[in-house]
This record gives sequence, C-alpha cells and structure tokens, in this order.
Amino acid sequence: MGMLVNFRDWIDARFPLTKMWEEHLSKYYAPKNFNFWYFFGSLALLVLVLQIITGIFLTMNYKPDAEMAFASVEYIMRDVEWGWLIRYMHSTGATAFFLVVYLHMFRALLYGSYKRPRELLWIFGMMIYLALMAEAFFGYLLPWGQMSYWGAQVIISLFGAIPVIGDDLSLWIRGDFVISDVTLNRFFALHVIAVPFVLAILVVLHILALHEVGSNNPDGVEIKKNKDENGIPKDGIPFHPYYTVKDIVGVVVFLMFFSFVMFFVPEGGGYLLEAPNFEPADPLKTPEHIAPVWYFTPYYAMLRAVTIDIGPLSAKFLGVIVMGAAVVILFFLPWLDRSPVKSIRYRGPICKIMLGLFVVSFVVLGWLGTQAPTDTKTMMAQVGTIVYFAFFLLMPIYTKIDSTKPVPDRVTG
Amino acid sequence: MKKYLLSALLLVAPALVAASGGGVHLDKANIDPTNKESLQRGARTFVNYCMGCHSAKYQRYNRLGRDLGISDDDIIQNLMFTGEKTGDLMDIAMTKEMGKKWFGAAPPDLTLVARVRGNDWLYTYLRTFYQDDSRPFGVNNQVFSNVGMPNVLWELQGTQKAVYETVIDDEGHEHQVLEGVEIEEAGSQTPAEFDRTVRDLVNFLAYMGEPIKLERQSLGIKVMLFLFVFFIVAYLLKKEYWKDIH
Repeated sequence: MGMLVNFRDWIDARFPLTKMWEEHLSKYYAPKNFNFWYFFGSLALLVLVLQIITGIFLTMNYKPDAEMAFASVEYIMRDVEWGWLIRYMHSTGATAFFLVVYLHMFRALLYGSYKRPRELLWIFGMMIYLALMAEAFFGYLLPWGQMSYWGAQVIISLFGAIPVIGDDLSLWIRGDFVISDVTLNRFFALHVIAVPFVLAILVVLHILALHEVGSNNPDGVEIKKNKDENGIPKDGIPFHPYYTVKDIVGVVVFLMFFSFVMFFVPEGGGYLLEAPNFEPADPLKTPEHIAPVWYFTPYYAMLRAVTIDIGPLSAKFLGVIVMGAAVVILFFLPWLDRSPVKSIRYRGPICKIMLGLFVVSFVVLGWLGTQAPTDTKTMMAQVGTIVYFAFFLLMPIYTKIDSTKPVPDRVTG
Repeated sequence: MKKYLLSALLLVAPALVAASGGGVHLDKANIDPTNKESLQRGARTFVNYCMGCHSAKYQRYNRLGRDLGISDDDIIQNLMFTGEKTGDLMDIAMTKEMGKKWFGAAPPDLTLVARVRGNDWLYTYLRTFYQDDSRPFGVNNQVFSNVGMPNVLWELQGTQKAVYETVIDDEGHEHQVLEGVEIEEAGSQTPAEFDRTVRDLVNFLAYMGEPIKLERQSLGIKVMLFLFVFFIVAYLLKKEYWKDIH
C-alpha cells in the first residue's frame, strides 16, 4: 500500500492525476435526482469506445479497394477468428450510437438542458452529432455493397443540386466522375482517422464544458445555488461512486438490448443491414428502392417533401436546403427557447403539446424516409416537415406566452 | 416515461410491418438449419446442379465440411469435381464475361443469395419455372419474370405450365394474369419429394449466407444469461451505495 501511495505522489508531483480524478469523478457533484433519461450520456461514451475498438480490429482485415472490399468483409465474417462478432458489434454499434444520441438529445429537450448557462455544451453536442452523421455516411460506403454504393451516390448527388458549383463540388467529393476506388479510399481515410479524431476532441470539449457548468437535472434547478458550509451543493452527490455504480446498471441493461440485436437479429429486419448490401456494388445496376439507414430517414423524408421549383431553384436544391436547415436549426435552440423555466415539469400545456408533436413528426418522417414515395406519403412528409420546423420557428412565441408552474428551490424526488 | 416509450414503439410498428411486405405470394420454405442431413443433401444438389454456372466464392469447402459434418475425404469424393484443395474457396471456372455472353446476364455468385433474396423467395422461385416458348431457354418464372436462367432442376421436377386467370380491368378490357403453375409432365421426383429437394437446397443456401448463425445464437443465449446475473449484482451494488441518499 505504501508503495502505491508513494507512486501516486510521485505522479501527482509531475502530472495532475489526483486533481483530475477529483475534478471529474470523485468531487464532481451531480444532482441526486437523475432519472432514466440521464443514462444516455455515459452510454454514448461506451458506444464510442466500442466503435473505436471494434473499428481498429476491423481495419486489420478490411481492404479499402473497390476490387477487394466486399470480399474482405466476407473474409472477416467467415475466416477471421471472432470476425463475425466484431463486425456485428460495429454494425449494431452504429445504430446504437444514433439511438443513444437521439435519446440523449431528447433529454435535453425535455429538461431544457441547452438553456443558459449550457449553450456551449449544447453546441459541442450538436457538433458531435454532425461529426457522427459524417462518420456514419463515410463508414456506410466501406462494405461496398449495392446499398453502400447507391446510398452514397444519392447523397453525393445532393451536393450536385447546388446551383453553379454543384457539379464541380460533387466531382471534388468523389475524386472521380463516378463513385469509384478513389472515393472508397478517401472515405476510408475519413472514416478511420479524420472524423474519429474530431469526434474524440469534441467529446472531450463536451465533457469539459459539462463539468464547468455542472449537470442539469429533471427539475431544471441549479444545484450550485444551494451550497453547504463546505461549498458542496446540497442536492449534489459525487459522480463517483454514486453515478458510476448507477451507470453500470444502465450499461448492463443497454448491453442486454445490444446483445439481443447483435446475436439474434443482426440484420434488424433489413433496417440495420439492408438486404441489397449483401450484393457487391454494381455501378450498372440500380437497386429497386434506395433508402438510407434509419437514422438518416427523417431528413431524407424532408428532402423528398419539397416538390416544387421556385424560380431558377430546383425542388431538389430546395430540398437540400430544407434538410440542411433541419439540422442547423438545432444549433439555435438555446436562443429560440424564451421560457423562464427549463424543465418540462414546470412548463405549460403549449410547450408539452409542441414537444409531443415534434417527436411524432420526427418518428413519422423517419418512417416515411424508409418508404417509396406516393402522393399520400409525400403529403404526410410535407405536413411532418412543417410541424418539425414549427416546433423551432414558433418557439420564441409559444415558450414566452405559455404558462409556467413555480420552480422549487431544491430538486424534488 | 414508460408511456413515452410505448408510444414511440407503436409509432414505428407500421414501419416494421411494411418492411416485411412483398409483391407476389411466396411459399414458406420452413427450413431447419439444425438438420445436418438436410444441409448435406442441399450441398450435394448445389454442387451438382448450381455450381456449373454459379460460384460460391466466399465459402470454403473445408469450412462447409466442418459445419455440416462431412470429412475431407468425402468432400473430395462427393463435392469437389475439379482438383482443388479442400481449403479453397468454392469458385468456378466460368468467367463473368462468358456468363454474360451465354445467359444475357452473368449468373450471380450464390454465397449470400439467401441474405439478398430471403429463404421463402428462393424456395418459391426454384419451384415455379413454367414453359414459355418466347424465352431463350423455353422457360419463364412466376416470381422472377423473364429470368435468364434455365430450369436446371427440370429432370427432377418435370415440366410445368402456367395457369392464367382472366381479369377485367376498370375500363372493361380483359387481361390474362398469371395465377400459378401446375405440373404438365412428371419428373423423376414426386411433387412432395421435389419440394424436399428444394427445401434442402434453400437450407444449404441459408447456411452458406451466414455459416456462423447457429453458433451466434447459442453464444447469444449464454451472453444474455451472463448479463442477467450481472444485472442482479450491479443492481444490488447500486442499492447498497445509494441507501444513504435521500
């Protein structure tokens, strides 16, 4: 024991080990009333680590070459020891990552976690979300199946819809006139080095910002306003050991869901691994129905919901604008919300209804994005898109006029 | 909170149902992936009838032997018709270019066909060829119309003819719509025997699509049991730590 203490002191004299441990874990005071929705932050971190580790092992056998990529994935699935498990972990992990991040973001909407003083924390989080979308897009091309190829084709063609520079821009992204070996190679580089690096930095910034301002909670009460004689928030408890042991329970439950999918339905009914992607990419044969993976479908539905040209601007370009705006508008959330209270618990009926409509529109748009368009479905997507934007654009008005309930001084329950 | 989750589930339910839909009616393959004899018979049918034109170039002979309980000697004698090694991939000599020249479209590799098409589709497809003199090989197919493939199993199945139904559309025009197929001339197997042959073949194709499937599922059960025990421990640990938090 004495030797260990000496070793720690030796390090502490040279590196802030104990200081960091205390600042971020043993003396980081988190509100004691976290509920179900507060599991998803630590779960997102878990999935990130899982994706990085499985990704490292996949790159040991994957070949980023248009002639060999598809076969190398099958080689991993069949000939590499435990390769199938690593690959399914990675493919299930992609879906888990988005699911966890969406629930994590929804938590922020529920309890106003993006509001002052957590604006920058929210913005870092949104940047993580953007990086995650880029990461998923680049990664999806790598198996070089039919859906990889044609999905990338559709998304890159969106850049082509931008007036004047569109064609040159999409040529620049592909590095070739069609999606080819060149595209695959650069997507591989971006997927395994560039974006993960950015993601890791953003996650550090996100956590540093969180620990600077402190965690919000289901009551939206600032626990730092009520401190005891030692300067410790009265409603705060040390993250370690209280939330570490609690998060372990969350992790185990999450792993149960994760393992269930990975071991019993890794294809997710064609939503996680799409059937056409078991066919190698063929530039001459377009699949009957091209749909992005579920986590992009709400935006894809919005893209297709725009069906009219305005002047020289094509419907497709306007769709791209709408799609981009749907993501960008999330960044402005802290300034759109004018409510004097944070948590949904103390907000009035209008805020609750709007949030409910927003969730319904997002899920319905997500479903529509997986479907082949029909007149009715396009109309539904148009309504969904309007509801989605109304949630944000009308927010400065309805959050201001909505009634509120008195917020307690201390956290409840 | 539970209400939110439940309503979220209900909202995605239509998507899950829609995903399982398809165009034509498909017969159920009802395969049994644990039946090694069925898989072995399927493998034999595959190398005898399919591998003339179709490769299975991601599958190795000896992996097949290991998984299906066939010894290396038996593989060499019964499943390998050219002088390859048992560790080789199940590739064929015919090139894509030749295939395209002969059949109009190169016969696809079949290693993953069950994961692309689904078992029921394959089971129905292989049993619903019918005589059609307008086609290059004299046959057409109920679920894959104008397919380039000849009915390679005709010796076993016999020949079939199409049964049409007359449908009158909204404008009063009559149309002949393909309703089904029926045996015209019997083959060497009875319809029941032939269904079994195709079922075995589809079973084998499904195995080949994902050789690890059975092991994956059995490992999954062990992992779930472990997690269940772990959950109890983790929950009790949490409770112990949190008992002084009010």
